[in-house]
Amino acid sequence: MSTFLGMPSLPVFGSGNLHATESFAKAARHELGNGQLRANLGHATHTIRDKRLKVVSELPDWEQLRDAGSAIKESVMARLPELLEQFEEKFTARGGVIHWARDADEANDIVTRLIRETGETEVVKVKSMATQEIGLNEYLEEQGISAFETDLAELIVQLDHDKPSHILVPAIHKNRTEIRDIFLREMPGADPALTDDPAMLAMAARAHLRRKFLNAKVAVSGANFALADSGTLAVVESEGNGRMCLTLPDTLITVMGVEKLLPTWQDLEVFMQLLPRSSTGERMNPYTSLWTGVTEGDGPQNVHLVLLDNGRSAALADEMGRSALHCIRCSACMNVCPVYERTGGHAYGSTYPGPIGAILSPLLTGIQSEENSSLPYASSLCGACFDACPVKINIPDILVHLRSVDVDSKRGMKKVPSQMDAGMKAASWALSSGKRLGLIEKGLPIGRLAAGPDKKITKLPGIAAGWTQSRDIPAPPAQSFRSWWAKEHRSPDVKEAPAPTQQKEDQA
Amino acid sequence: MSAREDILGRIRSALRDAPVAPPIPRDYRAASGLGEEALIEMLVDRLVDYKAQVSVVEAAEVPERIAELLADARSYVVPAGFDAGWLAGLDGGRRHVDSISAPLSLAELDSIDAVVTGSAVAVAETGTIILDASPDQGRRAISLVPDHHICVVNVADIAGILPEALRRIDGTRPLTMISGPSATSDIELERVEGVHGPRRLDVLIAR
Repeated sequence: MSTFLGMPSLPVFGSGNLHATESFAKAARHELGNGQLRANLGHATHTIRDKRLKVVSELPDWEQLRDAGSAIKESVMARLPELLEQFEEKFTARGGVIHWARDADEANDIVTRLIRETGETEVVKVKSMATQEIGLNEYLEEQGISAFETDLAELIVQLDHDKPSHILVPAIHKNRTEIRDIFLREMPGADPALTDDPAMLAMAARAHLRRKFLNAKVAVSGANFALADSGTLAVVESEGNGRMCLTLPDTLITVMGVEKLLPTWQDLEVFMQLLPRSSTGERMNPYTSLWTGVTEGDGPQNVHLVLLDNGRSAALADEMGRSALHCIRCSACMNVCPVYERTGGHAYGSTYPGPIGAILSPLLTGIQSEENSSLPYASSLCGACFDACPVKINIPDILVHLRSVDVDSKRGMKKVPSQMDAGMKAASWALSSGKRLGLIEKGLPIGRLAAGPDKKITKLPGIAAGWTQSRDIPAPPAQSFRSWWAKEHRSPDVKEAPAPTQQKEDQA
Repeated sequence: MSAREDILGRIRSALRDAPVAPPIPRDYRAASGLGEEALIEMLVDRLVDYKAQVSVVEAAEVPERIAELLADARSYVVPAGFDAGWLAGLDGGRRHVDSISAPLSLAELDSIDAVVTGSAVAVAETGTIILDASPDQGRRAISLVPDHHICVVNVADIAGILPEALRRIDGTRPLTMISGPSATSDIELERVEGVHGPRRLDVLIAR
């Protein structure tokens, strides 16, 4: 058992592409204005929902697998220092080299140095959330190193100089015709006769990347899982670009968050059943590669792993929020989310969009960082994400928790009480006494007057305007329930009617 | 302080509430309980669903079937440990042999049309074939670069579900799990077969 001996330190938050740079509400407003985007997203998310439901319902033990997955991840978090040390020992014993990175900058520096040591100026990349999070491609470009994304969707986004909007299908916001146009515009030597048939588009990507794979000396990847008891790493993919990158070059540099560990080989049987069905809605993804350090004569002979903190230890310090680190990046939560389906991923700003992003991003950066405090409100709390999550992360509870962290972090920051403070104080005064509430309800007819002949209030003043921004309030009734009750029970022959004052006290 | 000590220190500090690792409930299925015929039927069904081409043949018919599948290949590669008897129906002129001690170059592999390998274990429920780089399966590159992969699966190596299969293999070997030919769902989440990995996958299930 490991014991913590030093002084408890304050959480150290992460940096990189983890921020909403404008509040979610503002960003969502202009994203919602894009009808094509909404049509693309609606089509794609509904396709994947149906596929996921079909393959999940095939497994009689799906709920047992989710329970096991959740418990394994909880156990990983509780034992994280010990498991990291065990993994390091095994991976190193098999010829791999471990590097530790406190934050995005340090990880970028390490990867750059490792590439420079090979003398290469080009690398091929397997899709990886961790390297997206730290902004590795942009950093390498500044250092004169070209990083080529090889996953089809990442390639589309890279060619279009765009940002990913989904963690599994980064180009989910683009339809086939838009993709064809990007290829024709940006892909050197693209066939002018290229159509928007997805099979033809995939063939164009194959032709474009084939030389790159065969000539690459260095590859950069992420990892889906790392097994502590053997030092094994795993990458789950579909196209074969992962196998190309993990097998053909001399040097392989993997960047992975410290939370990706699984304790044992046996645990893989749980996660390899949960992940493919939850992410692409397939019984199994086409290709999964596993490697344990260096194998002589087969695959890269220089194998590196950069273990990344970048705010994960800070997220772990939040007892309510730490289970966000259980995430296996399947994207099921965003595919079922009514908010994500309409706004798309760009509205969240961060590398991690959707329900998981709305909790993970502020946990990694701290709630006060840039506009990340707006993310926990990007939800109707409907709970669809919790139902879909293969490791049962209670996203709605953590959203509510982070809203309270947000409110607490702002408490006492302003000297003058805000409208919200004043409103809450007034509500507290009115609702703590039946008599006071009854008095206030006598004002309902004024609301009816404000509603006018169409019986709708379309604009409230002050902060209450937020409520009427996207909906109307129906005109209040002519009388309150209290006055109606009092009138109905006024008749002297109804003896069993409770005394009005007594009843008021009960209600209060 | 090194980054390692720093990060481990931060994590220990984050866990100062000393959360207890819960027991892991392993009441999910450990085995399918299916018989041989049912396993074959399920594996075939799943592989066909992935658009792989599958044939179930008697062991004695394997050489003939391999020869048929390779009829239009100008060249093919086999790992050095591949069962020589299974290549009996073929002329040696188109054949390349690869091993760790005598590996083909990437350029050579790229010019070869097809590859024939064995397999370590298969999973019926998910239509998955696992290669573990044993001598009959060879280096990972040979089953990746040629565009047509012919893979022989022995009936005895078919497991019902994933937990059964993973129990049969050594996780520290270089492993490739293959479920159909290369595919992508990156355009409008519609599955399209054939990207960077072999676009044609033929599975021979040998009784």
